[in-house]
Parts: sequence; C-alpha cells; structure tokens
Amino acid sequence: MIKAVMVMNTQGKPRLAKFYEYLPVEKQQELIRRVFAVLCGRAENVSNFIEAESIFGPDSRLVYKHFATLYFVFVFDSSENELAVLDLIQVFVETLDKCFKNVCELDIVFNYSKIHTILDEIIFGGQVLETSSAEVMKAVEEISKLEAASNAITLIPKSASGWRSR
Amino acid sequence: MGSQGGFYQSKEFLDLVKSIGEARSKAEEDRIVLSEIETLKRRISEPDIPKRKMKEYIIRLVYVEMLGHDASFGYIHAVKMTHDDSLLVKRTGYLAVTLFLNEDHDLIILIVNTIQKDLKSDNYLVVCAALNVVCKLINEETIPAMLPQVVELLVHPKEAVRKKAIMALHRFYHKSPSSVSHLVSNFRKRLCDNDPGVMGATLCPLFDLITKDVNSYKDLVISFVSILKQVAERRLPKAYDYHQMPAPFIQIKLLKILALLGSGDKQASEDMYTVVGDIFRKCDSSSNIGNAVLYECICCVSSIYPNPKLLESAADVISRFLKSDSHNLKYMGIDALSRLIKISPEIAEQHQLAVIDCLEDPDDTLKRKTFELLYKMTKSTNVEVIVDRMIDYMIRINDNHYKTEIASRCVELAEQFAPSNQWFIQTMNKVFEHAGDLVNIKVAHNLMRLIAEGFGEDDDTADSQLRSSAVESYLRILGEPKLPSVFLRVICWVLGEYGTADGKFSASYITGKLCDVAEAYSNDETVKAYAVTALMKIYAFEIASGKKVDMLPECQTLMEELLASHSTDLQQRAYELQVVIGLDAHAVDCIMPSDASCEDIEVDKGLSFLDGYIQESIEKGAQPYIPESERSGILNISNFRNQDHNEASSHSLRFEAYELPKPTMQSRIPPASLASTELVPVPEPMYPRESYQTPVPSVSLDAGSSELKLRLDGVQKKWGRPTYSPATSTSNSTLQKTVNGITQVDGASTSNSRTRETYDSRKPQIEISPEKQKLAASLFGGSSKTEKRPAAVHKISKASSHVMEKSHVPKYSMEVASEKTASVQQPPDLLDLGEPTVTSTSPLVDPFKQLEGLLDTTQVASAVNHGSIAAIESPDMMTLYADTPAAIRNSDLLSGLSNPSIINMPGDTTTTQPMQSSKGPNLKDSLERDALVRQMGVTPSSQNPNLFKDLLG
Repeated sequence: MIKAVMVMNTQGKPRLAKFYEYLPVEKQQELIRRVFAVLCGRAENVSNFIEAESIFGPDSRLVYKHFATLYFVFVFDSSENELAVLDLIQVFVETLDKCFKNVCELDIVFNYSKIHTILDEIIFGGQVLETSSAEVMKAVEEISKLEAASNAITLIPKSASGWRSR
Repeated sequence: MGSQGGFYQSKEFLDLVKSIGEARSKAEEDRIVLSEIETLKRRISEPDIPKRKMKEYIIRLVYVEMLGHDASFGYIHAVKMTHDDSLLVKRTGYLAVTLFLNEDHDLIILIVNTIQKDLKSDNYLVVCAALNVVCKLINEETIPAMLPQVVELLVHPKEAVRKKAIMALHRFYHKSPSSVSHLVSNFRKRLCDNDPGVMGATLCPLFDLITKDVNSYKDLVISFVSILKQVAERRLPKAYDYHQMPAPFIQIKLLKILALLGSGDKQASEDMYTVVGDIFRKCDSSSNIGNAVLYECICCVSSIYPNPKLLESAADVISRFLKSDSHNLKYMGIDALSRLIKISPEIAEQHQLAVIDCLEDPDDTLKRKTFELLYKMTKSTNVEVIVDRMIDYMIRINDNHYKTEIASRCVELAEQFAPSNQWFIQTMNKVFEHAGDLVNIKVAHNLMRLIAEGFGEDDDTADSQLRSSAVESYLRILGEPKLPSVFLRVICWVLGEYGTADGKFSASYITGKLCDVAEAYSNDETVKAYAVTALMKIYAFEIASGKKVDMLPECQTLMEELLASHSTDLQQRAYELQVVIGLDAHAVDCIMPSDASCEDIEVDKGLSFLDGYIQESIEKGAQPYIPESERSGILNISNFRNQDHNEASSHSLRFEAYELPKPTMQSRIPPASLASTELVPVPEPMYPRESYQTPVPSVSLDAGSSELKLRLDGVQKKWGRPTYSPATSTSNSTLQKTVNGITQVDGASTSNSRTRETYDSRKPQIEISPEKQKLAASLFGGSSKTEKRPAAVHKISKASSHVMEKSHVPKYSMEVASEKTASVQQPPDLLDLGEPTVTSTSPLVDPFKQLEGLLDTTQVASAVNHGSIAAIESPDMMTLYADTPAAIRNSDLLSGLSNPSIINMPGDTTTTQPMQSSKGPNLKDSLERDALVRQMGVTPSSQNPNLFKDLLG
C-alpha cells in the first residue's frame, strides 16, 4: 500500500502532500521536513531509494525522483516493488507533462486541485489504480469537460451514456 | 485543454503563491500565510459568495493547510460544498474534505448522507468522486451505511466505477475486516471481470487476503498462473502496455501473490515454474520496469519450492543487477541476493567483490542494504570481519534510529557467533562505547551475566581470565571521557565484582577509579548507585579476606556527600556501606560472599526466622503485629496496597472492598476514643447520652465490627439509617448485659487491644498457614484456635503441635455451654431485630455493589450474611469478629439466620478465652516455640548475622 505522496521543491516547500492514512497537519509538516532533510543530503547519481523506517515507522520504504526544481516522493510498504514505484512516479510525471505541456513547478502550484484529480486517478485509497498515463489523461479530461459543463449550466447532465472510456 | 482548463484561479491566489514562493524566511512566509488566513476568514463567511469564488477560497484553504497552518475554520464550508449539485463544486468540496478531515471527525456525519446519495448517482463521475471520499473518510461505524451501495457498484457498467468499488471494499477490509468478511467472495468473482483493469484491481485485496490466510486460496493458483501467462504473452489490449512491457504492474502483483501461494507448497510451485521461467526469458532487462518484473521473479523464485533451473536464471539476473552501473539496480541486486542466499548460500561467493563494492559505495541506502545482506550471511567464520565493519559504520553515522538497529545487530551476531570471549568483550565494549545509550539495557545485563557465569564450561581458569581481561579493558576505557550510562553501569558492576579478584589491582586502585566514576558522572544517580555498591563489594572482599581497610580520602568525601544525598536510594547504599565496613570478617563474608553473583537467592517471604523473636517480644508484653489491612484506622491510607494483599487472603478481601468508600473510617485513627464517638453514629442526637451509659461495650462493639464487618457499618450508615438506629440502640442494651457478664474490660482501649490481639493472631494464620504450618502452630495461642474452629478442624491432620491445643477446644465450648444458655435465649428477640435489618440490607447492598462494581455475588451474599449476623450478634462484641469466618463459610443467608445459637457458640468461647489463654496456653506455647526456634538454629536477636544469612540465602 502507498502511504504518502509528496511533491516538494528543492527549497523544501511542499507543493503537494497526500497521506493515505490520516495524519494531523503538524505531523505531516514534520514528516515533510524530515524527508526533505534526507533528500537534500543525497548526492547525485545515487539510488532513488531511502530507508524510511526512521521517519515513517516500520515497514516503510521511500522512493523519490528529482525533476528540475521538484522532488517527487512516494512512501509505501513492502507490498510494493521499489522499481515499480519508481515507474509510477514516471507515470505521474508523464501525465502531468501531457496535461500541462512541459510541466513546471508553477503549474503544480496553480493547478492544485487538478493535480489532485490526476493523482486520484493513479492512486486510489493507497492502491495503484491506473498505470497508463493515456488512461489517466482520458479520465481527467472527462472530468474537466463535465466540470466545465456543469459550471456553465450548473446542472449535472443526468445521463452518463455519452461518455465512454477506453 | 490549456493549463488553466476548467480550473479557474484568481489573481489574488496567484499573488499569494508568488509571494510565498519569494518569501526569504520561514517567518516571512508565516506572516503572509497568516494574513491570508485572516482574509479568508473574513471573506468566506460573507453571504452569497458565488460558487466559483467559494471554490477558490477552499482551494486556498487547502493550500494554507498544506503549508502547516490551521484552516479548521473553513472545514464546514468544504462540507457544504459537497452538497452542491454542480460537479465542479462538489468535487472541490470532496477534495477539500478528504484533505482536511479524518475518519473520526465530527463533521463526517454531515457528509455521510451526501455520499450515500452520490453513490447512487447516474453520473459515474459523481460516483467515482464519492467512492474516493468513501476510501478516505469512512470509519468502522459508518461502513455499514455505505456497504450496500458499494457492493452494488461492483457490477456497475463502467469499469472505472467497478475498479474503484473494489478498491473501496478493500479499504473497508483494511479498516474493519469483520465488517466485510461476508463479501470477500466478491473479490474472487471480480477476478473474472471482463476488463483487465478491474481484474488487476482485485489483485490488491486478494494479495492482502492471501497474506493473511494462504490455504483458502490455493485453488486460485491455476487461475493466477493462467492470467499471468496471458499477460506475459501479450494477450491484453495494447493500452495496458507500459514501455513495451505487457501490463507490468499486473505481472508484479501476480508474482507477489504466487510467491505467497507457492511458499512451502511443492505442488503449487510446480504449476508456476513454466510461467516464471517464461517471464525470465521474455523480460526486457533494459527498461526500469522490466527489471522491476525480473526482481519480482527472483523474489518469487526464492519464496516458492526451489527449482534449480529457475534459481540459475535468478542468479544470472542478480549478477546482471550487481554489475550494473545503476545504484537502483545494485540495490535491488543486493536485496535479491539476500533473499536467494537462504536457498543457495553458495551464490554469494561469486558476488563477493560486487558486494564489497556496494559496501564501500558512498550511497547510504545501498550500504545499509548491503549490511542487511551481510547480517544474513554471517557465520562464525566471518563474524569478526562483518561485525567490525558494522561497528565502523555505526561509529560514523548520526542517525540514531539506524545506529540503534545496527548496534543491536552487532550484539546479536556477537552473542551468536563470537569466536572467543576476548573478542566478544572487546566487541561489546565498542558497541557500548559508541552506542551505549541506544542499546537495550538487557544487552548490558546479558554482558554482565556472561562475565559472571563464564561460557558455561567448567573451565574456571578460562572464566577468571575472561574476567580479568574484562577488568583490564574497563580500567583502560574508564580513561575516556563521556561514556554512556549503560556502559558505566556494566563497568562499575564488573569492577566491583571482579576488580580485585585476580590480585592484579589493589583495592585502593579500584576504589579510586570507582570514586572517579561517581564524581565524573555525578548527575547520573544510577551510575553512582552502581559505583557505591561496587565500592561496598570491594571493601567487603577486603574485609572478608582479613585485610585492613583504609578508605581513600576521596572515597570518604564521596560517602559524606551521599549520606546526605537527596536520593534515598543513594543514601541507603551509603549507609549500608558504612555499616558493612564496621562489621567483622565473618559477618561481612555472609553478607557479601565473594563471587556469589550467580548464586540463587532464596527469599523467605514469611520471615519465619523472626518467629522466635516475635514470640519472645509478645511474651514480654509487646503488641502483636497487625497487618495493614486490619488496621481500620490506617486503612484508607493504605488502600492500594491492601488490594494486593487482599487478593492473597480470600477471607478479608471482600470486606475491604466495602470499606474503601466509607468516609467515617478516616477519623478512626485513634481507635479507642474516636471510635466511641463514631460507632453509633446513626442516631446522632441520642449518642451523647448513651456513650456514657455504655462506653465499654459500644467501643468494643465498634472495634470488633470495624475490624471485620466494617463494611456493613458503612452500608448501613449510607443507605439504611432508619433500620440501623433502632437495632443499635436495643442491641446496646443487651450488649451491656452480656458483655458485663463476661468480659471484665477495664477500659475501651484495653478491650480494643484485646480484640485486636486475638483477631490478629487469627489473621496471619489464614494467610500463612498453608506455607508455614510450624510457624502458625507456635505463633497462635489456644484462644485463636477456638475462634477459628472450622479451620482448626482442618488442621488436625496438619500439625502435630496442634493436638495439644486442640484438646482445649471441646473443653472451652463445654465451659461456655453453661454461660451459653443466657445468650441462647436471646436470639429470638435478636432475630426480630435482625430481620428488618437484613431485609433492608440486602436491597441496599445492591446499589452499593453497582457503585463499587467490585463485588461478585458471593461477596454480596456474605455481606448480607453479615447484616444478619451483625444484628443477631451485636450483643456480644467478641462474637462479632469471631464469627465472621463462619459467616463467610456459610455464604447462605438463611443458615446464618436460622442457627444463631450455633454461630454464637464460638463467639462466646472466645470471650472467655482471652482471659485464660493469654496467661495459660500462650506461655506454654511460646516455650514450645522457643524450643523449636532453637532447634532451627535461629537465635532471636536482631544483631545476629544469621539473619542476614537467611535473607541472603
């Protein structure tokens, strides 16, 4: 199970934090800080894995990936495979990239709720739901289309038959 | 869709983000955020905010909270948004509540209804949004409200909904397995879903279920294998490919499941060999995800029943991983290697160099993983190298968590594989020196025990060598600054025990060192205590060996300081040391035998060796000891300890439970005078008059009842005033008669002490007699024997010494019989009085019981019994307590009522007895006892070293 997803910039400012088990805000902040402290001490060209038991308790692993000014951090337990989670980060970033055309830190900040929508399509309740960025894109686009429509007429179309996925 | 899409943001928000981004310090950022919170607080409560604006406010709130500030004032607005019809607003609301609230938050109750409605929505996106919230915010209590809808959604036409419904159900299973246990079969059904995505989703819950209970899912092995085969053969739609790999995430999950199912199951494993072999061959090892699948294959191969061919492929992959330049792959390679060496240990050897490389890699993660591998590979041949490496690394790192772990691993390996004692001690010293405060105190105890016991062989010279080498190393280490407390304790203990054992070091040298320790670590009391005790040992050994002891000046100053220490423990140790130094060699040898740390200490809990002394004192007129539980006056103070005490002695236990809440008890401390004012407390106005008329009996009644029946008093006073008051007043009058006839008590106080005396002597018997029959026999005079009539009957077989006393019993009762007649006549009217009391008590006991929550039915029964007995027997103060054992035994209320005469009998005997027995049999008895004591070789004198010997075994 995936315990947490964090995105933070290289100054340690959180850009996205989602914990799949509830944690009080202060605890979340503390974890983010500690993760950042470990991350900024890591050299280039080392593995993307970190022993996270001292931060997140027993049976927790951490995989991170560094893109430009951002760290993408996934914390999970032994039921996931580190290399696979690394690819999951890849999927997430690829999807963001497709959504925002060359994603950058500001896109993530300004489209906070959309980032959450995307993440919710990939990870659902702590489990990996979808690993194809094309599928995630499709779902997200449908949501935005509908939201735009519902925003315009403030009524939800009663029939969902018009949408087909896959 | 542009980057702004349907996600409108205002300039304000952009400015906020920008200014936060540009903030140069945490304080500046906090200031910006706080002013933002103020703005939001003001704005958000304005009426008629457009939805779009509201949505933005909520997003800003979420943002603020992510930065670590409290946004709870806006939670309710987020909840309100979830009720909106517009999908955009609703989704924003749902997003905010999933981020803001936890499953036990009070506001959840306001969302449950909306979620239920949304789960039934026609719009699948609404359903999906609701399912998302369900996963996050539904707790054990609200699961039943959602369960039917979620189960319906398992067959929803949209696969996206089916997938999420499965995940939600899985989440329910996580939170409360019992609530969905009847729905587990649904996961199996969905495994056959037409949509591969839904099938893939079911693998997550199935993995969890199989982890818990492998055997119920063995039948699925074939299905999983065939699914995996289809996936690997690219039978799934192209959409599931990822980096040219066919559905790698599904493959990984399936391999994990197969690893569980095939573990230790040869037949199931055989079904898997082909497909796993295929994947090994087909997997693309150039991509990251391909390697992930390969790694999972290795995990699977190392978990299932071993197959040589697969192991070979696994070994190939591992060597490829280890040779790779990627740290990630090296890491996975090391991890895979540590799994595989369990099955084929020889595989590690071909990778020796790669492993050493990883060990020296600058990457901490990789290094730690390698240490984990080494830990698993440790044998007695390589333990020295591995542990040395580990300690080197341990010294270098700062991460306390990992330091602790690696220290405990070093200790474990050293304990398990140590090639020599010397090495072991050196290793432990290093561990303690560098991570002493992080290791479990048990490790220190183990080390001390090892040094004390040696290695179990009968080789004494080896053991003493071990010890002297330990002493030498510790004396050396003591020179270093800032040693951890745990380590210092070990050092002090060893120096105290063995510092002078081999004669290499003089006592003054060792004591000097110990004083240095106590001085240098003067704020660590535990270390100081260890040091003082060590000093005491050294001096004791010196004295015992006949040498003269001169205390070093620094030691003397230390002692002076400790004698006035604020810590009572240190003070006591210092005083003990002082006393020990003053003793002669023989005594010291008894107290502090040399090298006796491994001897068992027998503890004589009954303190039987003191019996003679007690007897002697009692003869001289001393008051017998009253167990705390019986001291009515002190009772409330020592309640807590009493409870323990009570558990041991079943008789008194129940009564005490009643007594605790009784407020009047507090004023009983001086039993004689105070009690007399109190004991007839019910009819308060009439008491002063009576107290003069019947001072003696009333007091004695109280003393008796307070000791045994108090509870009843309490109950009566609390709940039954009206009934009790007439009872006491009348009984008082009868009391006078009987008591005056029988007891010639000179004053309230004497009667009190008398009752106590007899009472107490009985009390310990109940407790200790099973263990210490002899003690009981000599401790108790004839008087108590009769009181305890039923017990005495049991005793006949037990103690020969009883026989003599036993003969008194019938005699007494005979004598009493004549006197009896008077009291026997009384019962009828007593009964009349008694009955109302009883009826009133029994219902009254119940509420009390509810209050206390402590009493079981038998207790109540006995309590009720007491009610009756108290009423019946109130005329005779002695019977009051004398009878209680009987009352307890006949827990039947009726028997207590119907045989008042029988009950009264022993009571009357006792009243006569104290007079005779205290002078007669008691003396005889004590003489007997004295003889016995001498036989046992214990002279009853407090100064006798034999006492110590007994204590110390």
